[in-house]
Amino acid sequence: MEFLLSGLLAITWQQLIMYVIGGVLIYLALKKGFEPALLMPMGFGAILVNLPFSGVLDQTLQGGIESNGIIQWLFETTIEASEALPILLFIGIGAMIDFGPLLSNPKMMVFGAAAQFGIFFSLMVATMMGFDLLDAASIASVAAADGPTALLVSQIFKSKYVGAIAVAAYSYMALVPIVQPFAIKLVTTRKERLIRMPYNPRNISKTTRILFPIIVTIIAGLIAPMSVSLVGFLMFGNLLRECGVLNSLSQTAQNEFANIITLLLGLTISFSMKAEQFVNLETILIMCLGLLGFVMDTIGGVLCAKIMNLFLPQGKKINPMIGGAGISAFPMSARVIQKMALKEDNQNHLLMHAIGANVSGQIGSVLAGGILLNLIPVLIGG
Amino acid sequence: MENVLISLEVMGLGMLGIFVVILVIIGIVSVLTRLSRPKPDEDQNSR
Repeated sequence: MEFLLSGLLAITWQQLIMYVIGGVLIYLALKKGFEPALLMPMGFGAILVNLPFSGVLDQTLQGGIESNGIIQWLFETTIEASEALPILLFIGIGAMIDFGPLLSNPKMMVFGAAAQFGIFFSLMVATMMGFDLLDAASIASVAAADGPTALLVSQIFKSKYVGAIAVAAYSYMALVPIVQPFAIKLVTTRKERLIRMPYNPRNISKTTRILFPIIVTIIAGLIAPMSVSLVGFLMFGNLLRECGVLNSLSQTAQNEFANIITLLLGLTISFSMKAEQFVNLETILIMCLGLLGFVMDTIGGVLCAKIMNLFLPQGKKINPMIGGAGISAFPMSARVIQKMALKEDNQNHLLMHAIGANVSGQIGSVLAGGILLNLIPVLIGG
Repeated sequence: MENVLISLEVMGLGMLGIFVVILVIIGIVSVLTRLSRPKPDEDQNSR
């Protein structure tokens, strides 16, 4: 009868903590609606991989019999060996994005660059805390506010903190409505938050919509070649959407394809949430650094708008909150800005401007990921 | 300390790189938008 109790007796206190963390992730997903498509599979996976002698992981049974585990196999083939899942997800994301508001007002794109500041700021703080450069860059990528980019960077840099980075990246994305208003209010006055911006959309030709993803891919690829797998797949998805002759493929990419990849990604990433890797002080530090990165991203975007306002005439000034929408968390960030603007002045509609900045954040974050992948090995080697 | 200095270098070069790419894209999009702007109707011109 002893074999019936072997699992129960083998549970460690670290595994018990992981059951609680798994439960919290499921609670946040189901009760609070925080990124349920990702946090629910991750939470359930965290429990699966932390059951003693779990069959979802490779095991050596008594008598030397080898048993393969499905989650370990998925992780080793679709993330560790090829980074396929996070990259493929970008096709779906690209197909979901309408770059129209951005093309209509291209200067909003500046905020997609400025709001990546948090990535580099948290990189610096992580190195100050003693993380080596590869781990620090992986941790900093949480501030890209873009789960697939964070996973890709941490996987290519072979960071041992992939699990904590994934949890931080996806849970903070869900916490944008709490983090961003705090950060924006920290660096803006009420008068600034009241600035109105009329929206005069231009007609964007189909040619421009089709050429945009191709041009972005070429420019990004020439300047930051490592970003091509990210930008390229994002823009390929967008080209599917805009070309006008592949509507069924575009719909599939936006719905079934993205859903299947998301489901597999959530379960697969839980492989890196094994108790012995996850339950340590570094995980708490990574969560703190991720939060700092999100705050500094927002502040970077807002300050950029404030600097631009110094040179803009009265009546053309930008509401600095728009800068905060330059992060990649789409469309949550744009909605947060709209809500904040309406709270200050119920006639101030900033949604379309914020969406322009927010979609440029998608481009900015993958560029930042690519630049990290390009620069860090060069500077370490140099 | 060496890693902190490298991270500062990454910060400078990284932000510069992102801004360069974005500004080039803004320039090209602006030109494209101008070039592909729908022309006013002929009958409007003849008025």
